[in-house]
Amino acid sequence: MAPRAAVEGVVAVTRDSMPSRPISQQLVLGLALLLLLSYSLGLHATVLPDDRADVMYHRYDGGGVEVDGPSILVRKSFGGNISLNANYYVDSISSASVDVVSTASPYTEERTETSLAMDYLHNKTLMSLAVTRSDESDYQAETGSFSVSHDMFGDLTTVSLGYAVGNDDISRNGDSEFGESIKRQNYRIGVSQILTKESILDIDFETITDEGFLSNPYRSYRFLDPLSANGYGFLPERYPQTRTSNAFAMRLKYYLPYRAAISGEYRYFNDTWGIDAHNLEFGYTHPLPEDWVVDLRYRYYTQTAADFYSDLFSRQNEQNFLARDKELSTFQSHTLGLMVSYAFKPAGWQFIDNGSLNLSVDLIRFNYDDFRDISDGGVAGEEPFYSFTANVIKAFVSVWY
Amino acid sequence: MKTMRQTAWKFLFSLCVLGAAGCSIEPWVQPYERAHLADPIMSFERDPIAGSYRHHVYQTREAARGAEGGGGGGCGCN
Repeated sequence: MAPRAAVEGVVAVTRDSMPSRPISQQLVLGLALLLLLSYSLGLHATVLPDDRADVMYHRYDGGGVEVDGPSILVRKSFGGNISLNANYYVDSISSASVDVVSTASPYTEERTETSLAMDYLHNKTLMSLAVTRSDESDYQAETGSFSVSHDMFGDLTTVSLGYAVGNDDISRNGDSEFGESIKRQNYRIGVSQILTKESILDIDFETITDEGFLSNPYRSYRFLDPLSANGYGFLPERYPQTRTSNAFAMRLKYYLPYRAAISGEYRYFNDTWGIDAHNLEFGYTHPLPEDWVVDLRYRYYTQTAADFYSDLFSRQNEQNFLARDKELSTFQSHTLGLMVSYAFKPAGWQFIDNGSLNLSVDLIRFNYDDFRDISDGGVAGEEPFYSFTANVIKAFVSVWY
Repeated sequence: MKTMRQTAWKFLFSLCVLGAAGCSIEPWVQPYERAHLADPIMSFERDPIAGSYRHHVYQTREAARGAEGGGGGGCGCN
């Protein structure tokens, strides 16, 4: 297996853990607390999710990286207060990204992810438990999560709380001695507020803490090396062992005087690595005659670099932590998205109420401010800045039953 | 971590108080006035399978993460 470089394809978001108890025990304790909370409040709450099944083909192509695969999601309710859902997801990755061609060989990889979740409606309070497992040849991740949501103030306000805990096990292909792990915890609070008969506001806050081996075992930083023919050398990156991040987001949706909707979103992000990020998004949903719906969206994202990022360090071991991961650099991205959906009512399939065919295409442009493209050579530190465009396709069928 | 736990307990306590107070609030948008809000085009995330993939694409290529809305407690899908 050729070495891999990036976080691309590497799994893991919501993992981390409490140091002392296993995931299952923490989830049971959490559920008990939430049950107690729901009893004490006697809340009015949301309903169970719809019974539906989705089958999707997804494809990402950009910057020398191709990722595609299927995703299948099935939801079914039982007895009026329990809903189960299962998701099976595959990423087939083929990478010859700019990082990989500079320091290693192109590689192929497959990641599979399975998740099981249960929603439980009790006294009009909705509680959810989920377990997710992700497998790659050199990365295994397990996550458990629970959340609770309920309505208040005459059902104008919905408050939700979420918690997730996970563990990642990291190995390195071709190096049986290497074995590291990451522990991760997520805390989320959300409020959804009906403002008027035509508008609704969502506010979310999430803190994520990581502890463990947060570097990528295949990536290297670049430093000036006068003894080298091209003027620079590479050594393995070193990241801090901990990271805590905060994200705050607001989303607004407004129903227009004719049947269409506009939406806006803003998110602010920061973390203990010195990264600040903002993203802004606008969307427009327009139903057409004959059961068609068109969605348009534009998203702008910008971030500053991590404190320990540099495209080219002045010497080996210039500082304690060193990274040349372009996801930690200063950059902006622009996304233009179009989705077309067609609703249908299948004749002769009595167990299906209705369905939809959907096709979504996103174009994403990434412009890097301090990450240089060294694939074509040039004077060290004066190569052109890197940029690329990716296209993302989602084609899926949904049925409700 | 201790501070975080204290904050969480304070939040839960506030929620209980607000919940109790909320029982008597008169909603300014009555249930029968919510037809537009109930229209599927007003959903923040109409298709969960597409939404979680979209978040996955961004999380893999950008440093920012979290507060993506929908669901809750994380999807384990970076």
